[in-house]
Amino acid sequence: MTVNMTKGQAISLEKQGGGTLTAVRMGLGWQAAPRRGLFGSRTREVDLDASAVLFADKQPVDVVFFRHLVSDDGSVRHTGDNLVGGAGQGGDDEAILVDLARVPVHIDQIVFTVNSFTGQTFQEVQNAFCRIVDESNGQELARYTLDGGGQYTAQIMAKVHRDGAGWKMTALGNAANGRTFQDLMPAILPHL
Amino acid sequence: MTAELIRGQNHPLPHTRLEIRVSAGHPVVAGATLGDDRGRVQGPEWIAHPGSPALPGIEVSQQAAADHRLALDLGALPAAVHRVTVLLALPVGAGGPARFGSVAAPFVAVTGLDGDEVATFTITGLDAESAVTALELYRRQGAWKVRAVGQGYAGGLTAMLGDQGVERPGEIATAILDAVARGMARAVSAPPPRVPDADRVRHSAPLTGSDHPDTAPTLPVPLPADATAADSGGGINYAHPRRRSAAPPPPPSAPEAAPPGRPATPVAGDATGWSMDERLYNQVWGMFEDLARTTAAYRSAVDFAESRMDQELDRVLSDPRSRVGATGDAAREAARAKCEELTTRAREALDRDLAQLDAESEVVEPALPTPFARWDNPVWHAYRVPMEIPMALRLGDLHLPERPELRIPMLVRLPLERGLWVDSGRGHSEAAALLDEGRLRRLAMDTAVAHAARLLAVYPAGEFTVHVIDPAGSAAASLAPLVETGVLAGPPAAGAAGVAAVLARLTERVDLVQMAIRAGAADSLPPGLDPAEQLLIVNDFPHGFDDRCVNQLRYLADEGPAVGVHLMMVADREDASAYGPVLDPLWRSLLRITPVADDHLADPWVGHAWTYEPALPPQGSAVIRQVLGQVAEARQAWGR
Repeated sequence: MTVNMTKGQAISLEKQGGGTLTAVRMGLGWQAAPRRGLFGSRTREVDLDASAVLFADKQPVDVVFFRHLVSDDGSVRHTGDNLVGGAGQGGDDEAILVDLARVPVHIDQIVFTVNSFTGQTFQEVQNAFCRIVDESNGQELARYTLDGGGQYTAQIMAKVHRDGAGWKMTALGNAANGRTFQDLMPAILPHL
Repeated sequence: MTAELIRGQNHPLPHTRLEIRVSAGHPVVAGATLGDDRGRVQGPEWIAHPGSPALPGIEVSQQAAADHRLALDLGALPAAVHRVTVLLALPVGAGGPARFGSVAAPFVAVTGLDGDEVATFTITGLDAESAVTALELYRRQGAWKVRAVGQGYAGGLTAMLGDQGVERPGEIATAILDAVARGMARAVSAPPPRVPDADRVRHSAPLTGSDHPDTAPTLPVPLPADATAADSGGGINYAHPRRRSAAPPPPPSAPEAAPPGRPATPVAGDATGWSMDERLYNQVWGMFEDLARTTAAYRSAVDFAESRMDQELDRVLSDPRSRVGATGDAAREAARAKCEELTTRAREALDRDLAQLDAESEVVEPALPTPFARWDNPVWHAYRVPMEIPMALRLGDLHLPERPELRIPMLVRLPLERGLWVDSGRGHSEAAALLDEGRLRRLAMDTAVAHAARLLAVYPAGEFTVHVIDPAGSAAASLAPLVETGVLAGPPAAGAAGVAAVLARLTERVDLVQMAIRAGAADSLPPGLDPAEQLLIVNDFPHGFDDRCVNQLRYLADEGPAVGVHLMMVADREDASAYGPVLDPLWRSLLRITPVADDHLADPWVGHAWTYEPALPPQGSAVIRQVLGQVAEARQAWGR
């Protein structure tokens, strides 16, 4: 059962039928919107980048993005940069895998962000989504759609945070501007 | 046609009038130093920089910029100049980034006057460095070549200029940065950052070594298969760019997957690969990475716990109400308990992973084939001369202080991609400091002989040839196993004449093979030429070496590996200090290993300092002689 999340909504990352999740995937997919006009078939390439920032008690400890594809401890892995987005629909264009059981004990929050590296705003992107998948069985746990994008170039998507012995996910959906996650730090901090 | 260079690669230059274009995506200072035939920069008048932008034959821009064009006329340079080093530096103190690791990878291109690119180089893998030598243009036998260098300096321009032998490098570095600051004050605004393709170059596994302040060159640990393939220079890399060669980490011992008392049992060869050897190789690299990462998690947690405790204790101290009395004590106690609790949990997670790796190591180690196995592994007693070259060779063991008993085999790919340097100097190692100089030199030579014996043993009969240079005959005792079993190409070369003869032979061989390969006529080599891979062991360097021999040695280090000629230097860098920086590229081109435990090797993922111990036979063991005896017999049987 997919939950279509709305801004600020929090869900607990528990397996159906009890048990805690061991690995989740944050998938990101998008397409460049076709341009109107005479050369309508000429779409411009849009490069969105997914990043994950690992926090310990509100201090950034590590970050996973296209330049650093695996967190030092090995618990968070980026499957690699996609520079143009999906030609078709549906599939994840970039994904970040989180092995929750291996996340170091002091890391209590992982924030996922999406940036437009090429500088187009989300108005020029279509069919963009972010979803959280249970990596052990491929089941989609939550989906968050980026449609209705406005004049901004980044979005703080969601965070996964410790909740007792397990983990919870909260949809954030906060618009921001920036080319890489560094530019977003001031916008991320209030959500911790 | 453009040549895309990788670090260390060189390329001939067709013209003498050239332009060097730099795109960095962020303002950088570009400059150049001129070096004489020994690589030395003779003085400040040999440095082109924003404060002194034009020298005969070269002109650089007067300010920091994201894009540069350096004009260069190699024909107009003074005759004494044999080398032009193009350098980049971040304008420190201008409020910008202070390390290349936080900006896009700089891209440099050598172009003709018509704008045609001759060679390009993207300088990846930089981290804390604030200055980098990008390219070196050098005169070789009357013709100019360009070499991609990419050597970064965390100590900035001062460290770089000092490394090039400039006197008072600090003053010159300050003068350069002052000139840049003036230029910035003049400039209207920094040019907008470009988005060159190079911007998207991903940093591969960082190749940093531990930075001992006085050994600037860092010593990379060899990368796993896919990354080394990209590094080896030339040829097409068929490795999938994003496919890990190492196996996925062993399943985490998740609570529900492994009930207490019954953890997942590790199996040797539990990794991908086309053969058992390849699977074991990948498994060893998987264990190496897992140990690096789990230790990184532990260290990060402990650091965090301690810094949080420090902050909390500071807060207690700075609050006058809680400075004395019960409230303060309780707060201090609470801070300590929090730190303790987190550290304990981190240690539990580490111990869980270490137990898993211990168990894996216990099954993997006995299953290793001879090239990967320790000398005390029984597999060496069943040794047979192989029919094929193995994929890798064990040089020793690596471990971390968190679990010194857990040894990861250090495997390097064969054929060797770079030479070896067995450091016989006292260096920084505690173990080395305990030994007297003579004992350490003896151990270094024993280590070199053990590595050479292993190489001889794992190659098929007659496919690996070892030469030895021992100018003063001081290593006769160590060399006995090689000499007495008759596996050397000839007796160890002694005296200046012997040194010169061996070097001349190997230099000629490199020249011939290179010429044949360039001409596409590899089968037209003279019939007497030994087709085997060649290893040259050099003891006592630079004793017995004249300048000509030193140059030949540098040539072998540069050009040899590509045509199967490798160096194994057994040397103390101090002994050769009279040569100054001219030998730095030689040391840098070799993989430094030590005869005793020393923590100088870095892993390619997180850069921990790993303690290396060489693979040596047990005390009093005759395994090396037995194995070499079989090698000699097999050669006779095969008539090689």
